[in-house]
Amino acid sequence: MPISIVKNTAFYALVAVIVVCAVFPFYYAIITSFRTGSAIFTIEYWPTSFSLANYVNVIASGSFARNLLNSIIVSACVVTLSLLMAVTAAFALSRVRFRGRSLLLLTILSVSMFPQIAVLAGLFEVIRLLGLYNTLGGLVFSYMIFTLPFTVWVLTTFMRDLPVEIEEAAIVDGATPWVIITRVFLPLMWPALVTTGLLAFIAAWNEFLFALTFTSSTETRTVPVTIALFTGSSAHEVPWGIVMAASVIVTVPLVVLVLIFQRKIISGLTAGGVKG
Amino acid sequence: MTASPTVRSELLRQRSRSARLFLLPMILALAVVAGWPLFRTIYFSFTDASLTNIDAAKWVGFKNYLSWIQLKSGRTIYSGLLVDPAWWNAVWNTVRFSVISVALEAVFGMIIALVLNAEFKGRGLVRAAILIPWAIPTIVSARMWGWMLNDQFGILNDLFMRVGLIDHPIAWTASSDTAMIAVLIVDVWKTTPFMALLILAGLQMIPGDIYEAARIDGVHPVKQFFRITLPLVKPALIVAIIFRLLDAMRIFDLIYVLTPNSAQTKTMSVLARENLIDFDKFAYGSAQSTLLFLVIALMTMLAIWIGRVKLDGGER
Amino acid sequence: MTTIRMQDLRKSFGTFEVIKGVDLEIEPGEFMVFVGPSGCGKSTLLRLVAGLEDITSGTLAFDEKIVNSLTPSQRGIAMVFQSYALYPHMTVYDNMAFGLKLAKGSAEDVKRRVHKAAEMLQIADYLDRLPKQLSGGQRQRVAIGRAIVRDPKVFLFDEPLSNLDAALRVATRLEIAKLHAKMHETTMIYVTHDQVEAMTLADRICVLRDGNVEQVGTPLELYEKPQSIFVAGFIGSPKMNFLTGEFADAYKTDILGVRPEHLEIKDKEGPWKGKLLLAENLGSESFLYIDIGANEPLVVRQDGSAHQQPGELLCVAPVNNNIHRFDQSGRPAAN
Repeated sequence: MPISIVKNTAFYALVAVIVVCAVFPFYYAIITSFRTGSAIFTIEYWPTSFSLANYVNVIASGSFARNLLNSIIVSACVVTLSLLMAVTAAFALSRVRFRGRSLLLLTILSVSMFPQIAVLAGLFEVIRLLGLYNTLGGLVFSYMIFTLPFTVWVLTTFMRDLPVEIEEAAIVDGATPWVIITRVFLPLMWPALVTTGLLAFIAAWNEFLFALTFTSSTETRTVPVTIALFTGSSAHEVPWGIVMAASVIVTVPLVVLVLIFQRKIISGLTAGGVKG
Repeated sequence: MTASPTVRSELLRQRSRSARLFLLPMILALAVVAGWPLFRTIYFSFTDASLTNIDAAKWVGFKNYLSWIQLKSGRTIYSGLLVDPAWWNAVWNTVRFSVISVALEAVFGMIIALVLNAEFKGRGLVRAAILIPWAIPTIVSARMWGWMLNDQFGILNDLFMRVGLIDHPIAWTASSDTAMIAVLIVDVWKTTPFMALLILAGLQMIPGDIYEAARIDGVHPVKQFFRITLPLVKPALIVAIIFRLLDAMRIFDLIYVLTPNSAQTKTMSVLARENLIDFDKFAYGSAQSTLLFLVIALMTMLAIWIGRVKLDGGER
Repeated sequence: MTTIRMQDLRKSFGTFEVIKGVDLEIEPGEFMVFVGPSGCGKSTLLRLVAGLEDITSGTLAFDEKIVNSLTPSQRGIAMVFQSYALYPHMTVYDNMAFGLKLAKGSAEDVKRRVHKAAEMLQIADYLDRLPKQLSGGQRQRVAIGRAIVRDPKVFLFDEPLSNLDAALRVATRLEIAKLHAKMHETTMIYVTHDQVEAMTLADRICVLRDGNVEQVGTPLELYEKPQSIFVAGFIGSPKMNFLTGEFADAYKTDILGVRPEHLEIKDKEGPWKGKLLLAENLGSESFLYIDIGANEPLVVRQDGSAHQQPGELLCVAPVNNNIHRFDQSGRPAAN
């Protein structure tokens, strides 16, 4: 039928537009990163040169590798700490009935609604007081404001769905709550832990405002701040090639991770969104 | 569980004890990282605190928000946040940005969700493709698009000129007419995938037999969308919109990096930080932060109230 | 050998009272069945004995020691759940060994006990498998095995056969009966809504209704001497026939009860006459539904297939005067 052929082509045209719009900027950043010198300033839609000069520059540029390490350390630490606290908190919030439980849950969720700027002033004071200014510890500490509510909320939702009878069988077997969490629930929940951890890792990796405000030296910076502040030798000259190379280095592992864990991430995002 | 048993069983006591122990670290952490700093920010807004000398802050009441002086000539001069045009400009920018971006994201997100909901070859590829904008850090997107929107070497200007949409290169991020447009382009690009996924989840909850019945009844696909799909996906859509709206009101990263120092895109968060850190108007910035917090808190409560009224018992 | 004594046991959820003052004594080594319709509180009562629910008031004692405030494992109980509740990520061996390992048993001791229970239940070949690799019946046996290894003082079953199909149910019922015979020193409490299970497995049955004990007795006692029309109608399938009005007056009582198996079709004469509405043929026996002019059809049990035709006029009479008389309140008539 001619109508359905038109409909089909229109549909696939739409699909093509969506895919191109989604992927083009990333693709363009990649091909730009492979161009050096004056080649950057000519506009090309297709890859023309393949030079690793920008990448060498970025990695050799002193603090970038260090900044990358900082980001990894901060994100990994805050995720580990958050998951630890969230798992035990989720047990209390999902399996033990107590007065004020739903109020507490709502309060925790509302913390994730705080505009970060609202706590910036106060956090600045606290971080300076604790001597954490310009340290990775200060970032790990402050990032918990968004990783904790998220992980607690998602893990509580998951734990709520675990069957009551398995817990009761464990109680009859003589298991204490700690044993129930570690030997019965955790093995059943580890996919959820992976997903939640991954999403929290990405959020921590991306964080900018606190990283910008609570660090002052290039050695302590994390990657988002480094990339944001990349400037060239003069105030008006941005080393675009280098910026793109740094961007690609930072982004490719993330994209790969996200593509591998696609399904889990999608279900994790929508679980938090739809139920929230 | 029960009213008040005369002897509480060891089991319940043990579990209550554990629950308290398990909640303590998290509650403590949140109190120190969120509760206390929020309180302090609000406190600072009522003082004359300065970045270099926070401890010497003295109480000044509402001076940062609104104060007035009576001149000998009889005129009253008002000063403070509530009469500061820069503040209201920021508020307007924030509202303008939030409403437009969320509206665009909802429409585009719906389209993409509908596409992903259909069964076709290569669906997995499309789903992977739209995850890429979401996976890229905001700062990186800002720089990537900054490059694409560059007035001299940007590929977007080149493309538009070739296609005939414009006749001369536009300084997207620098020009005051287009700065907000630039910000909107990047934000919509980055956030539509998230909206699309949320809407898709809502679409997937609609049972397939409804569409089959409609097809048998000969209902036109467009009508199917407005009469069947839209009403059934409305709850998920509304949740996604409210979520995104609250998020958009807080925006900072993108604007700080893409269009720094642009009066047309300076949102409340950006302005507040500027005052707090760059200008060392710490107390003033705290007041701005407090107001932003109040706005979001009110919106959240409104959203919850509307949700309760609309969904009627669907609340946990 | 543990005696279980309940005195004025009560349980409320909020303001709603589910168990309304139960007094019961369970003999050591006894197989006691809690039976009753949905919502009667039998599962709740079991959970009170287990310690999974808080007792609101009253006392529960094992061997004269009050256990109200003890945790389930402190009470020395083991429980078989309706949905087996096996740990999905652990092998059969680990499932059965879990409780023992928590009690810090030695590795040898654990191994010995698990193998002994596995032999008893014929699941020794499955020790390395995961629950999802087992059939329903095998899973149920693992669940029973998990309970046996703990050498409990009291063994609790919460409707363990409900999730099994009919054939498997009969086979597993037999297993449980054999288990009771082998473990004749362990007190067992079994909850079911199926009165056939109750009748075949129990030493004594406790019929519950609305949170109250209706009657406690051996299966035969409940069958032959029901203390209320509720118990009379609950035990025995199909239900006992109840006649009121003029039918009952003829026997000088308010309510007359007579079981289908205690009725016979007479050739010529009988106290009740009516048209055959329907005949259900089960091969070994048949049930005839006869309209004698009462509120409900009279059900009569017959050996073999029914040769009577619907519409036929039949005469019915009780066998050996095996009738039950009840007064207006549903209690047996004093006579």
